[in-house]
Amino acid sequence: MFIVSASLCAVCCPKVCIVGAGPAGFYTAQHLIKSRQDVEVDIYERLPVPFGLVRFGVAPDHPEVKNVINTFTQTAQHSRCSFYGNVNVGTDVSVKELQQAYHAVVLSYGAEGNRRMGVPGEDLAGVHAAKDFVGWYNGLPDNRKVFGLSTILFFILGQGNVALDVARILLSPMDMLKKTDITQPALDLLAESRIRRVLIVGRRGPMQIACTIKEVREMVNLPDTRPEMVAADFKGIAEAVKEVPRPRKRLTELLLKTALDVPTEKEQEKRSKASRVWGFRFFRSPVEVLPAPDLSRAAAIRLAVNRLEGSGEGASAVPTGEVEDVPCGLVISSIGYKSLPIDPLLPFDSRKAIVPNTMGRVQKTAGVYCSGWLKTGPTGVIGTTMNNSFDTARALLEDMDSGALDVSSAKPGSQGVTPLLEKRGVKPVEFSDWEKIDNEEIKRGVAMGKPREKLLSVDEMLHVART
Amino acid sequence: MAAAAAVRSSMGLTLTLSRVIPGCGTCHLYRLNSCVGGLAGASRTGQLHRFGTLTRHLHSTTGLNHSEEGSSNAEDPEDVVNVVYIDRSGQRIPVKAKVGDNVLYLAHRHGIELEGACEASLACSTCHVYVSSDHFNKLPEPDEREDDMLDMAPMLQENSRLGCQIILTPELEGIELTLPTVTRNFYVDGHVPKPH
Repeated sequence: MFIVSASLCAVCCPKVCIVGAGPAGFYTAQHLIKSRQDVEVDIYERLPVPFGLVRFGVAPDHPEVKNVINTFTQTAQHSRCSFYGNVNVGTDVSVKELQQAYHAVVLSYGAEGNRRMGVPGEDLAGVHAAKDFVGWYNGLPDNRKVFGLSTILFFILGQGNVALDVARILLSPMDMLKKTDITQPALDLLAESRIRRVLIVGRRGPMQIACTIKEVREMVNLPDTRPEMVAADFKGIAEAVKEVPRPRKRLTELLLKTALDVPTEKEQEKRSKASRVWGFRFFRSPVEVLPAPDLSRAAAIRLAVNRLEGSGEGASAVPTGEVEDVPCGLVISSIGYKSLPIDPLLPFDSRKAIVPNTMGRVQKTAGVYCSGWLKTGPTGVIGTTMNNSFDTARALLEDMDSGALDVSSAKPGSQGVTPLLEKRGVKPVEFSDWEKIDNEEIKRGVAMGKPREKLLSVDEMLHVART
Repeated sequence: MAAAAAVRSSMGLTLTLSRVIPGCGTCHLYRLNSCVGGLAGASRTGQLHRFGTLTRHLHSTTGLNHSEEGSSNAEDPEDVVNVVYIDRSGQRIPVKAKVGDNVLYLAHRHGIELEGACEASLACSTCHVYVSSDHFNKLPEPDEREDDMLDMAPMLQENSRLGCQIILTPELEGIELTLPTVTRNFYVDGHVPKPH
């Protein structure tokens, strides 16, 4: 039995609920609220704190990227938007119950899982997913496990921006890191680390590298480090680079310069004094992680040597048959995040790990939409997610206008959900509660000379939220 | 006293240029090494975020049109720069602006849907605009960091710039700024997965 909403609108307001309070959720909400004066949006979030990967994914030394939080805060504080943190859709409330309470449901919960390499030895101690490492230094409550950083050589498999973030955080001077919002436990461990060499390994060649120029420039300019590349990996690249689009061209030219050019005097001095080394290695795929004699942990990685078939973005890596065994104690696999299904009744494409959809409309499921990485797969920066989310919002609005989405009868919205949560012992965290957490983190940060000192456990977050 | 007054007016200028303290690169004071706030020498890391936090409490949070507090009311005709925004539906929106206005925040003041996720700090490409060919060459060369961010923008063209880096001068009278239309088919046809 639903209680009819006691809101002010005489005719029913369309009520939309969004699952996930990261960039996709907030940008979808923003567009809906801006486009129609009667839409009300509720955002549900598993954690007590909002902002998703902006808080837990963006590197601590990229604070400007986090400025988008100000935009999201304005959305959350809008009279027609409400935030419900600490609510796990799928366990605390089902998607079906949300569909009954709201005119539309938008799934924007991103990618919580990891793509596996699919090689023997992947689960040995010393092998980690980049996502877990990033979650660790960014204070994600799920990733409190401590990393052992006592080896000298670190392999990162994958050459996207996440891989470069990990390399940069591992090799950054302490006096740069200690002024960021990196968690104190991570900072303490990094201060003691013996890491001196980080190799970032990719299956294909320099012209297929997945990272972007800003991140490569940051590695080149990182104090107290020098680059170490294999000149032979760059054979033929200087000619091939002439014909490609501007972004690929500029990035490749930077790689060529770093790998092959004679350095300036100033750069040469920096390199000779550097205590840490980083480099890209190309044309290598992991085929096995080899264990130590007692089988307890990783001791070496077996890499297949590839050659390239085709050229450009679509070139593929073909094994040559040659393999190399490289001793190493620590391997980070940075080959992609992966979305997980939230509810068995919803369609899910387990091959692509996305919710099957057409322009954000979930297939075979009227009234359910998706935005962000769950819609298109786990790639893209804030701007990509923004456009993606605006597109989904437009599809939803179109459906409201055309009648494909029926908004003619009243729906209870959150008033149909909060009684269920109460019955189940779930107490949502409101946006004003998050602001208490926010203020506490900033206060603790001031004492440490950092923008904030993050609370690291859900319990602690809830404790501060409830006071 | 004079110094304090200078700082106050320079802060006024800074807040006028943008809704929050902008990335240092856009501020005249920083370029002239006259920034009294001491940011000129400080590391960007951490400092900028702290200022972001500070000004979060300063700007208004009503509504979603991200409107600014308001620039000075001086109507000196010498100062006026006429600008035309062409929005994503092709509609032409003429705006009477002033010398020193920032194209991104000017758009916000006039309700034009130009996003600025990173708040003018050259960490995103959401304020990507196309500049009219007559005016494109009158703009100062982009910073390498702007070019790096432009590389990430969908449908990059020869006349692409980031709106947050365009400060109006008298020479830019009549400038037309077109917002790129990101089509629905962007993800369907020939989509190249973007890095992250």
